[in-house]
Amino acid sequence: MVLKAFFPTCCVSVDSGLLVGRWVPEHSSAVVLAVLHFPFIPIQVKQLLAQVRQASQVGVAVLGTWCHCPQEPEESLGRFLEGLGAVFPHEPWLQLCRERGGTFWSCEVTHRQAPAAPSAPGEDQVMLIFYDQRQVLLSQLHPPTVLPDRQAGATPASTGGLAAVFDTVARSEVLFRSDRFDEGPVRLSHWQSEGVEASILAELARRASGPVCLLLASLLSLVSAVSACRVFRLWPLSFLGSKLSTCEQLRHRLEHLTLIFSTRKAENSAQLMRKANTVASVLLDVALGLMLLSWLHGRSRIGHLADALVPVADHVAEELQHLLQWLMGAPAGLKMNRALDQVLGRFFLYHIHLWISYIHLMSPFVEHILWHVGLSACLGLTVALSLLSDIIALLTFHIYCFYVYGARLYCLKIHGLSSLWRLFRGKKWNVLRQRVDSCSYDLDQLFIGTLLFTILLFLLPTTALYYLVFTLLRLLVVAVQGLIHLLVDLINSLPLYSLGLRLCRPYRLAAGVKFCVLQHEAGRPLRLLMQINPLPYSRVMHTYRLPSCGCHPKDSWGALCRKLFFGELIYPWRQRGDKQD
Amino acid sequence: MVTRLPEAGLERARRLGRAIAVERRAVRCWRPSRGVMEDERSFSDICGGRLALQRRYYSPSCREFCLSCPRLSLRSLTAVTCTVWLAAYGLFTLCENSMILSAAIFITLLGLLGYLHFVKIDQETLLIIDSLGIQMTSSYASGKESTTFIEMGKVKDIVINEAIYMQKVIYYLCILLKDPVEPHRISQVVPVFQSAKPRLDCLIEVYRSCQEILAHQKATSTSP
Repeated sequence: MVLKAFFPTCCVSVDSGLLVGRWVPEHSSAVVLAVLHFPFIPIQVKQLLAQVRQASQVGVAVLGTWCHCPQEPEESLGRFLEGLGAVFPHEPWLQLCRERGGTFWSCEVTHRQAPAAPSAPGEDQVMLIFYDQRQVLLSQLHPPTVLPDRQAGATPASTGGLAAVFDTVARSEVLFRSDRFDEGPVRLSHWQSEGVEASILAELARRASGPVCLLLASLLSLVSAVSACRVFRLWPLSFLGSKLSTCEQLRHRLEHLTLIFSTRKAENSAQLMRKANTVASVLLDVALGLMLLSWLHGRSRIGHLADALVPVADHVAEELQHLLQWLMGAPAGLKMNRALDQVLGRFFLYHIHLWISYIHLMSPFVEHILWHVGLSACLGLTVALSLLSDIIALLTFHIYCFYVYGARLYCLKIHGLSSLWRLFRGKKWNVLRQRVDSCSYDLDQLFIGTLLFTILLFLLPTTALYYLVFTLLRLLVVAVQGLIHLLVDLINSLPLYSLGLRLCRPYRLAAGVKFCVLQHEAGRPLRLLMQINPLPYSRVMHTYRLPSCGCHPKDSWGALCRKLFFGELIYPWRQRGDKQD
Repeated sequence: MVTRLPEAGLERARRLGRAIAVERRAVRCWRPSRGVMEDERSFSDICGGRLALQRRYYSPSCREFCLSCPRLSLRSLTAVTCTVWLAAYGLFTLCENSMILSAAIFITLLGLLGYLHFVKIDQETLLIIDSLGIQMTSSYASGKESTTFIEMGKVKDIVINEAIYMQKVIYYLCILLKDPVEPHRISQVVPVFQSAKPRLDCLIEVYRSCQEILAHQKATSTSP
């Protein structure tokens, strides 16, 4: 196999020294982590490497020598470097060499033991792969390869070679802690050797976050304890709580806040990203909510809204009355059964009259209610939108009632018709066997059954028309509510932090790597540059989506059409955890 | 309907290749340019357009194949723009609203930019490195590059497959990936040169080179 030497780009122009890194025998690759400069004492080097091995569980060792000299290396230097191979035994022993100012490298590999099979000449090729140490250290491969805990040096052969490289660099952080200003026994060159990277703000935030999280976590536990108390489990508060989407959204946000301010540290990077995404989502929500609040309360817009609300409700009720008058006449030229038509029409008209009186009763209080509801926008735009959806549901309650009446009537009619149709043909539904069986009826049973069947059949168009009209109205209201819920869902589940990271620091989220062949000369080893291939935005969204409220359409289109045809009540946007109707 | 094309079927493919009238202007000159053996030949794709295949042999274990697709033709661009603007002008005479004309200009510009950035692929490259992996790069007309790298440990084989594409039967080169759980099963088939769609003669050249490297890799690999 071709030997691959991964060399960090930060060490390309450092002085000569020893190569320190890890050898992965399964993929025949040598990952160089740092360069150790002359002069050094071999005992101290071995001690340092033993410490690093213990702290990081990575099998670091001296892999070979690095020579960066003005011109061709002299004989004595060559023999000195070879002699080092005896002090730090490693199999195979790498010797990299580069001329100062030159572009081409030379690389020699020495095997102590003779290879098992005689290899062809030119077999032991070396490939030099340059990598940016900082980017590889900070990046995270997707999908994450789960590497089990193991002793220093062992890697399961099934993992890819590149995952092993990323893993080695990520876990050797302890090696990169010293920089060139330290007065240590050895002098290393790596990506942090010009000065360890740190941020004052991050350190301060880390110190401050401890007590702040503790305080807020206790406050939130108090709030959740209050909300879980027995009063809220009694009917009707529990019924209201399950039906109103505002309560659901508030519960969801409380969960999020508990996650953010929990004092437990995130165990792996997925949990950390989740926390960060939740923080970003909450901040965006609150910011948009405050913008909405300032817009609403400026220039007495709430007053205008309250003044417009009652006339709009009146207008809707009037339009419904016109619709019912139209249905009671000859709608679309169809001939209805006069008596049934009048009964149903008058029944629904009385309902609308009750509704208008109720709205007029409420009208003096509307402005106050709206003002207080507008304040809730400071909790977040999602809460305000959920409230809007609930207000729409309350204002169109009469449409919902009409839909339920129409659907129940129609459903009853359809079931009656199907049962009497079976009687007409001489069959009946066997409840035990759950199938249609033949049955012999008496003459009077047949007579009454056929009469009823005829009556129901000829009354069907009237009921069906009322059912159709009110179902369409209900579907319109449901569609509007669904749109609002979709928007709320979007704000809840958008992973803003991950998207921002992908935009500003694309190397942090890696889908893979890409190679670029550098200038090549015959007889020299092949040189490649390894760069991080960032994750595409669609995969970022898919991997880091926050779990949403669960506002998905419950039924497929086919099931929905079937329910509509048979007059069963539909609740297309079912929340997670709701009981079946 | 997809079938494997074993080595014996290459004879049939060769006969097919002779039967199809392919105009080949062979610019066969292996130029060693600074240590890299380069070669450029002209082929055609399944619709008859001209493709240029550039081969670079960096070393015995590293080869690159670069296929350049035909550029965006001025004729089709003019035709689409004229159609859109005539339709917009027709709507304008109906509605007397000048927003339609500005909207048409916007749509044309945005459509062209979107097409160049997301749809039109100028060049497709296949880089195969022994014992490291296979890399496929697509360069779009706007300069965007999209790269996929497959590690050698996941590659089972590279084969030429037949497929039914619209009303034609075409050949395409694809990489077979191993199943991580069961090494004898194939988990995925990754087609190469999907937008250039070269004909069989071009595919055979690439196939032979890749098989040389894969054979070398299998002979020297240490893992089972």
